[in-house]
Amino acid sequence: MTIRVLNGQHDLSLDDALHLCRDLMEDTDFPTVKRWREAGGKVLGHFQVYFPEEIAHAAGLLPVKMRGAPIEARQAEARFGSYLCSILKTSLELALSGRVPLDMFVSHPICDAARNLAAVFGRNFSYPCQILYLPQNANSAHSAQYLRDEYARLKGEVEAVAGRAFSDDDLRASIGVFNENRALLHRLYAIKRDTPWLLSADEAYVLMAVGGLIPREEHNELLRGVIPQITARTAKPQDRIRVVFEGGFCEQPPLDLLRTIAQFCYVVDDDLLIGLRWIQQDVPLDGDPLYNLAEAYLENSSYSPVQHDLRKPKEKMLLQRLQAARADAAIITAAKMCEPGLDEQVAYSKALDEAHIPYFISEFEENMTSFDHMQIQLETFVENLLFA
Amino acid sequence: MSDGHKADEIVGRGSREGADLFRQWFQRLTEAPERGEQSAYVFVMGSLAEILRVFDFHMVFPEINSLQTAVRRVAHEYLNAAEDYGYSPDICGYVKADVAMQLQGGQHPMGRIPRPDLAVYTNACNTYIKWAEIWERFYRVPCFTLDVPGSRAASGRTWPGHRDFDNDVHYVLAQIKELIGVCEQVSGKQFDIDRLRETMGHANTMSRSWRRVLALNQNVPAPFNAVTDGTVYLGVSNGFRGTAAGAEYFTRLVAEMEHKAARGLGTARDEVYRLIFVGVPCYPIFRRFTEMFTEHGGAFISSTYLWFASGGTDLDFQYDLSRPLESLAEGVLLGVRDAMDSMFFQDQRLIAMVEPYQIDGVVYHPIKSCRTTSTGMADNRRAVLAACDVGSLFIESDMMDKRVVSEAQLKNRIDAFFEGLANRKQMKRVQA
Repeated sequence: MTIRVLNGQHDLSLDDALHLCRDLMEDTDFPTVKRWREAGGKVLGHFQVYFPEEIAHAAGLLPVKMRGAPIEARQAEARFGSYLCSILKTSLELALSGRVPLDMFVSHPICDAARNLAAVFGRNFSYPCQILYLPQNANSAHSAQYLRDEYARLKGEVEAVAGRAFSDDDLRASIGVFNENRALLHRLYAIKRDTPWLLSADEAYVLMAVGGLIPREEHNELLRGVIPQITARTAKPQDRIRVVFEGGFCEQPPLDLLRTIAQFCYVVDDDLLIGLRWIQQDVPLDGDPLYNLAEAYLENSSYSPVQHDLRKPKEKMLLQRLQAARADAAIITAAKMCEPGLDEQVAYSKALDEAHIPYFISEFEENMTSFDHMQIQLETFVENLLFA
Repeated sequence: MSDGHKADEIVGRGSREGADLFRQWFQRLTEAPERGEQSAYVFVMGSLAEILRVFDFHMVFPEINSLQTAVRRVAHEYLNAAEDYGYSPDICGYVKADVAMQLQGGQHPMGRIPRPDLAVYTNACNTYIKWAEIWERFYRVPCFTLDVPGSRAASGRTWPGHRDFDNDVHYVLAQIKELIGVCEQVSGKQFDIDRLRETMGHANTMSRSWRRVLALNQNVPAPFNAVTDGTVYLGVSNGFRGTAAGAEYFTRLVAEMEHKAARGLGTARDEVYRLIFVGVPCYPIFRRFTEMFTEHGGAFISSTYLWFASGGTDLDFQYDLSRPLESLAEGVLLGVRDAMDSMFFQDQRLIAMVEPYQIDGVVYHPIKSCRTTSTGMADNRRAVLAACDVGSLFIESDMMDKRVVSEAQLKNRIDAFFEGLANRKQMKRVQA
């Protein structure tokens, strides 16, 4: 079944495409998901950070990234206690309020709070709500085989929801679609890194993030259309510092926060929605596609505070990211009450101190609306660097 | 010695002997470095004691070290030191107390905690993994994650013989074999499968006894308080798992509880209301917290803490010593999975206990420090209340940080809870 949700808006000018993506990202009614459902499609919602969307895609489901939203968690508040991050509550609220109607929900135990989420969903909805146990021992010689088998289990569950089985070739075709998508996103990030004056942090973000809300084929069409237009822009470099933004792997900062940062800095790399870009190179199409996906997750992937891999100490990975992006400084954020993010801030700051790399530490919440205080702090930080 | 004298001796024996074992344990930890003995840092939900004891590692439980600082009312000193170092007020207090203790060279109210030679932990709590990353940075010692897949959904549990269970158990078994390699490397000792059989045999005795002890609280009055007494027993079950001393302690504990049950002996206060406690205790005011319930005749019959923090010991899984490694993998998978289920899917188990244990109320205690146990509690409570006619109380505080423990507010809520329970009892009597 081919369902298109962008209402034929594909050959857009860059400005129109950015406008469309911004609207979709800020629309808390998730119109693309509704259009998919109205056309008879089924939806699999998956919580942050990484999910093998190819498996849902091969079954004909729309994989939707559940990344919270700036909404009031009216019904969800009654299902949680205090001291929790916002994304957990608003993700449940999206489902309870009917804004994002789902046919299946999957979460991965990325943190102590999120590992409860599938159980909470399961008590509130009759559709399948599952935990996908991605391996937390990435260093075991048996992790890839385990994950391959776990993906096979998930495939069975997804097929039951879809009402049809899919073949290895179907899955290979989906992997092909997502390979192209990841390549386009990496291209977008290369523009940010090499010519950041052509693409601001908030523009890059909406172009990337909208992929979590629409069929990936349409996202590919959109990106194929806008990337040449971005490189053709005639903006000139300005005297701004180059920064890496770290801390957006799960709960997402408001767009206005990214705009505030973009006023003073070129964000040359970040970990925003890192799950969409988790796999770094094409997943091979030959051989067992489930194994290939599993191996790519473990062996060909980025890093985040919620994946433990002895080969990827987070602070060293951050220093590598800074070096690769030729960044002058780092913005180290964490969502409020985000334990992995807050834990990592300590390791990051110690490593950055040792490496004599300036950094700006902050916390955010998806629902925050005032950025004045942060703007002043950030301006001072940048001025100190530029005029020191 | 008269029978009466013997009876006096047996009552309270579990608490006394538990305290003695604890003192001995911390004394040995203090002396371990001088003796050139090695220590492994482990956690309560899947300690892998059966393997580590084969290599003579001392078992250090940072969670227990941390909670002891709260019980001894010095936690704030450790928390402040860790926050000065850079840690946020909004993360786990156990982690912060441990970080501060490490920064102070292992200084602890019960002795000096040795540095780790090895850390072994499961994924039952994500903070275990983040915590171990701190030791990696501090000490550059091997840190081994034993990844144990849990239940995928409330109704999705699989058992031996099912393809998905077998996949999981193969993964756990493979990691146990890798862990043995790491232990050999760190200790310089060769793995001895007969010693593994021995530790597993002791663990079998302990598991069997633990389940029996928990079941004996079905008696009216309940022989022990699941929050205060239960926490002492829990400490021994973790610290002495896989040892002869631990097995003997629990054998004697069963005898004590059977003795009390046979004679209708309960805890010190008269039991009026039978309660289940859900969560981690309020250690900064540990005794007082329980007193606020016992003063009203509230008795904690059971506690989910005794399930998940025993790493699934309550399951009474008996290892098959004829195939030790395979059976250990099954036991670890089932035990750690059960611990996780006790936190995420506890509602069904609570509902099943209400009638046989004659439960009047369920007390939920979410805490700032622990999102693993606290996040799903409000929703679990909704499910329990929809299924059973019991009272319930939802009170938030902390297991470490007295800044978020308001005794006056807790007391107000607890007093109101008991007024409600009294009304319910009266209504039931009238209706009967």
